[in-house]
Amino acid sequence: MRTILAALLALTFLTFPAIAVEPDEVLKDPALEARARNLSTGLRCLVCQNQSIDDSNAGLAKDLRVLLRERLVAGDSDDEAVGYIVGKYGDYVLLKPRFGFHTLFLWLGPFVLLAIGIFVLMRMRTRPVVVNRENTLSDEEKKRVQDLIKK
Amino acid sequence: MITEIGHFALILAFALAVFQTIVPMYGAAKNDRAFMATAPLSALAQFALVSVSFAALTYAYLTSDFTVKNVYANSHSAKPLIYKISGVWANHEGSLLLWVLILTMFGAAVAVFSNNLPQTLKARVLAVQGSVSSAFLAFILLTSNPFERLSPAPIEGTGMNPMLQDPALAIHPPLLYAGYVGMSVAFSFAIAALIEGKVDAAWARWVRPWTLAAWMFLTIGISLGSWWAYYELGWGGWWFWDPVENASFMPWLVATALLHSAIVVEKRNALKTWTILLAILAFSLSLLGTFLVRSGVLTSVHAFASDPQRGVFILLILCFFVGGSLALFAWRAPTLKAGGIFAPLSREGALVINNLFLAVSAFAVLTGTLFPLVFEALTGGKISVGAPFFNTVFGILIIPLLLLIPLGPLLSWKRADVLGAMQRLWAAAAIALLVALFVMAFKERGPWGAPLGIALGVWLIAGSITEMAERTKFLRVPFSTFMARLKGLPGAAIGMTLAHIGVGVTVIGIVAITAWKVEKIVALKEGASIEIAGSTVTFVSETPSEGPNYSAETGRFDVTVDGKFVTTLYSQKRVFRPSRQPTTEVGIYPYWSGDLYVVMGDAINTGGRTVRVYFNPLAPLIWLGTVIMFIGGMVSLFDRRYRVGAPKRAKQTAMQAAE
Repeated sequence: MRTILAALLALTFLTFPAIAVEPDEVLKDPALEARARNLSTGLRCLVCQNQSIDDSNAGLAKDLRVLLRERLVAGDSDDEAVGYIVGKYGDYVLLKPRFGFHTLFLWLGPFVLLAIGIFVLMRMRTRPVVVNRENTLSDEEKKRVQDLIKK
Repeated sequence: MITEIGHFALILAFALAVFQTIVPMYGAAKNDRAFMATAPLSALAQFALVSVSFAALTYAYLTSDFTVKNVYANSHSAKPLIYKISGVWANHEGSLLLWVLILTMFGAAVAVFSNNLPQTLKARVLAVQGSVSSAFLAFILLTSNPFERLSPAPIEGTGMNPMLQDPALAIHPPLLYAGYVGMSVAFSFAIAALIEGKVDAAWARWVRPWTLAAWMFLTIGISLGSWWAYYELGWGGWWFWDPVENASFMPWLVATALLHSAIVVEKRNALKTWTILLAILAFSLSLLGTFLVRSGVLTSVHAFASDPQRGVFILLILCFFVGGSLALFAWRAPTLKAGGIFAPLSREGALVINNLFLAVSAFAVLTGTLFPLVFEALTGGKISVGAPFFNTVFGILIIPLLLLIPLGPLLSWKRADVLGAMQRLWAAAAIALLVALFVMAFKERGPWGAPLGIALGVWLIAGSITEMAERTKFLRVPFSTFMARLKGLPGAAIGMTLAHIGVGVTVIGIVAITAWKVEKIVALKEGASIEIAGSTVTFVSETPSEGPNYSAETGRFDVTVDGKFVTTLYSQKRVFRPSRQPTTEVGIYPYWSGDLYVVMGDAINTGGRTVRVYFNPLAPLIWLGTVIMFIGGMVSLFDRRYRVGAPKRAKQTAMQAAE
């Protein structure tokens, strides 16, 4: 549930740990290494099940980590480096799917449901009394109750 | 012989379950007392039979009887006793048997503890319970028989996944299953209520303890799994949004919503249809979880026993119960009488908002989990939905809910003074803000939003305590009066406060470990050391050793702070027989400020080893919070009001009237 924070922040500086990264892979420049770590948590280890290349000790994951670092050292921006890997391996490599027509339901579904929920609640609010009119007090009775309370 | 007895008992249990489904249901419809009275008896007998069956399988494991195929495939004679026992459920067939054992146990518990239930309701609840166990017993007997024999018998078993040979993971499945399966009781009550056409405060009062118990098991089961991941997988991760984790998290979210909406039914006789729907959904998601894990449709680290062919059978069970119950709901729910009305700004309103956010969060997790499957089925393309997606979407949905938690309990029923409630929370808000400023001033690094995250946790804790202080008039009355008021509080109120505090504690742990974790990956030779978060970790030595069914290399690490010796940590790399699969044992030292976490990695050609050292600030709070939630549930469960049933009270008044 690192979620809580994930949404709170623009989490640019978060470094997620991994058993996988080996000492010889680590870049000398800590800022560059931090960027590499951050990006690699978002890239899927293609031969693994639901693991990022940052978490995986599979050979392919290591190749991708090294490749990613090479791109960063060569001066690529984050987007360029990730774009390069997506170009080679396809969208499947992204653990956070791109927002687009094909992922509309995924990204917007929950929020549409939330909106519908809120809409229904608002409607309930406007006509709650209608449902059981026979059980509620008439205006006259209400007035009498108010008078009694005031006394 | 014992194995055949186990198999036979299971067949009898199935026959009895079918009987329990039909006869009491018919009896309730015809109002036939004799027919209805068979329900509790068959529930108890069914539990006894499944217990015999489970005991028979356990016996086969304990004696390493490799003529039983299941034991051969999943056990090994050199395995320690505890893992021979846990081996029973560390495989597909055995875990389903455990599933049914717990299911029938809940059925038996309903039979024993529900004497104050109206007879027709009780008969129907148990009949629905029986239908669930019929389906799963049929599944076991037809597709996943754990008692299948093997001839000729092999001399040695093939062993159990070493990752599962861990004390926490030995008890993780039973707890999680108790949570999953416990939801079946709420489900049965919901279906029975739909058939009866009656949902009232008494119904909610009967359902709540069962839901609460299931929720507690689910909470602690999930937490245990996460803790295991933290210390066993060896890199300090503790939640991965793995499909199987999601499968347990979705029922938890809906069960949490159900707990809250049942309060509204109980106290205000409102939200009835919604509560029924939640009870159906909570169990449906439990079934879905079972389906996802057991069918192997989503292969993941957890799918240690998956078989796609069995998937179809579970899918049918899933469709029958989910489809059937939702159809029944659509047909019968409109006949339920709407209950008490309330203004949007009220305790009820707050609980509705709580339900909305929890339900939508569960929906988001569901969408993310199933999207790749559906996407592939529809377009043939492959897509990944992983942790970064869930972190973003779930985070956006859950933070507003967390912010509102302290407010809810301060609102009054029917129509509330929100402004007044907020005013009463000024102290909590001030404390949270101060903590945020304090953290901001002293932190040296990390994301800018982290102090706000910590403040959110503090807000939850302080806000929950505020409500309790309000109720007990803390500092406004003499201390003795305060104590008397505190003692007079109902268990449910104290339980709620504890559970909400637990959420706050967990949030703080999550924020701290996410924002300020320190990690060093280095190559160390013996005698060399590394500095991390003020501690010096020295790699002293590595020695080979032998366990009962593994060989290990143990790395010894001495920890010093400012030259003073603190502790010695051991990290092991184990290679298990007979699979030769490696596992890692992590060395953890808990400081007050967080965990020092040392992992010895592989040997390096140039000498020495890869050593990973982490400092995980406040990490234990994540699980401590869940334990507090669990205790909160327990305190609430023992609330007197759940034991003094409505009918009993009626009897007492009748007696008093007679006097």
